[in-house]
Amino acid sequence: MEERLDTYAKKGNGDAIFRVITLLFAFSIIVILLIMTGEMVIESLPALRKFGWGFITGSDWDAVQGNFAALPYLYGSVVSSILAILLATPLSVGTALFITELAPHKVGTVTASLVELLAAIPSVIYGLWGILVMTPWLQSTVEPFLIKRFGFLPFFRGAPYGVSMLAAVFILMIMIIPIITSIAKEVLLAVPQSQKEAAVALGATRWEMIRIAVLPYGRSGILGAVILGLGRAIGETMAVTMVIGNTPQISLSLLSPAYTMPSVIANEFAETAGKLHASALMEIGLILLFVTLVINFLARLLLWSVTRRWKGGVA
Amino acid sequence: MNLKSLIARHTVNIVATLLMGAATLLVLFPLGIIFYHIIKTGFSTINPEFFIHIPKPTGETGGGMANGMAGSAIMIGMASLVGVPVGIFGAIYLTEYGIGRLATTIRFCADVLSGIPSIITGMVAYALIVVPLRGFSALAGSFALALIMIPIVLRTTEEQLKMVPVSLREASLALGVPLWRTSLKVTLRSALTGVITGILLAVARVSGETAPLLFTALGNQFWSRKLTEPMAALPLQIFNFAISPYEDWHRLAWAGALVLGVLMFGLSLAARWVGRSKHAG
Repeated sequence: MEERLDTYAKKGNGDAIFRVITLLFAFSIIVILLIMTGEMVIESLPALRKFGWGFITGSDWDAVQGNFAALPYLYGSVVSSILAILLATPLSVGTALFITELAPHKVGTVTASLVELLAAIPSVIYGLWGILVMTPWLQSTVEPFLIKRFGFLPFFRGAPYGVSMLAAVFILMIMIIPIITSIAKEVLLAVPQSQKEAAVALGATRWEMIRIAVLPYGRSGILGAVILGLGRAIGETMAVTMVIGNTPQISLSLLSPAYTMPSVIANEFAETAGKLHASALMEIGLILLFVTLVINFLARLLLWSVTRRWKGGVA
Repeated sequence: MNLKSLIARHTVNIVATLLMGAATLLVLFPLGIIFYHIIKTGFSTINPEFFIHIPKPTGETGGGMANGMAGSAIMIGMASLVGVPVGIFGAIYLTEYGIGRLATTIRFCADVLSGIPSIITGMVAYALIVVPLRGFSALAGSFALALIMIPIVLRTTEEQLKMVPVSLREASLALGVPLWRTSLKVTLRSALTGVITGILLAVARVSGETAPLLFTALGNQFWSRKLTEPMAALPLQIFNFAISPYEDWHRLAWAGALVLGVLMFGLSLAARWVGRSKHAG
């Protein structure tokens, strides 16, 4: 009897230990996030102290003189990501609708797995294709055409370099489409069947059913997917670095080379000219981290609230 | 009037349908083109030499990416040694004890963490490992990759563990098996194929990562002898060769892309195969 009680006690102990151990591992996620943020803040302090707000309003980046201001990088990141999102969203939502509402089951499944395949291609391969195939094509065909036809607009002025803001927008668009599409697909699949049947029963055509029953239901989920895509676009490093031309300038023209925040980090961080240069790059990293944290926070809140509401409502 | 509006509505329907189909074709078009170029240039370049040689100096033809492939394998292996157990045990906590604010916070942090650009993970690894050790190293590269793996493994494993029926766990607990043994021997065991699928997908994701290695592993033209030395990695070599001005190096970059592509394709096929055999058995 005594022995039995003893083993029972041991078992209880095992559970307590197990709980603590797994908790430590799970808790490490929070620790990692805090350490990453803290480390970025600490390393940025010298630049933060020296330049203050001037860091994001000025555009002089000179490692030799020790002047660092990041506006051209901010501009490049914001413009390339937003244009890419604007182009990618309708295409992604269209594809997600095609998969969920239009295509026969088999075609839909195949399309969905091809989209997954696109999402799995590493960024460096997109960059390789971008720099060796896409930019030469842009330079020889697309950009001369744009200059000839739309050269009167300030967006299409200048010489065709190939490597340009336009190239970055295209490559980002191709890269974020599969991300938005696959999340939008999940969101659309969660629309209750009864909603759609009701619309069809009232005599709606397929498009009207999508407009009346599907899209309103999926709206906030799709918005979450788009915001998540924006976060991915802003943080995208390799492919953009390879095609954007890496020139820190602010130009209205999409044909001129530009620079983004992750690109300047990728190009300069391994060989910095002194502590202040490293710290300035860290501050760019901090801005990038802050922006992506906010974006991800918003996107997850939206997506989480959507999936929860459905789980509550449908069941 | 009625007929007219009916015709108009159906026209809109047809146009919308066509637009959705066109969007899909446009989305899949780059996939075809990229595959075409990788296969065309990659296949004509790749040969046995590619897998056993290191890159030749500028101007000499030939050479391969053997050190890059080995470096990637070593760093991914080391990253998995840390990332996989942390992810799995964290996921066990979330499934067994995961109700309440702390668990929700952990889930949320994991989702947010996986959205942080990987280049920032590289900067953090630089500050935490490269600076104290006074040099770029394979260790720092593996550390950065492990940080990226943890949230992916955690979330996929949790999804899999959640799918194990509660009745199975209850049966085990009712037999007097303590919770910790139930978790490891019943829950984790039943979800094992799903968990392995998740790990394979995490490895596939990490094997293409370039940005976090730029200033941690740095890359190496030669073989590395120690883990505290800079180490070559396949994606880094593809990057460096792609931005070089030499035609010959471009071809090697395509061949590297082919190897990386086949590797990732193989991993996701393996993941699917493992996932499918669960339903069969």
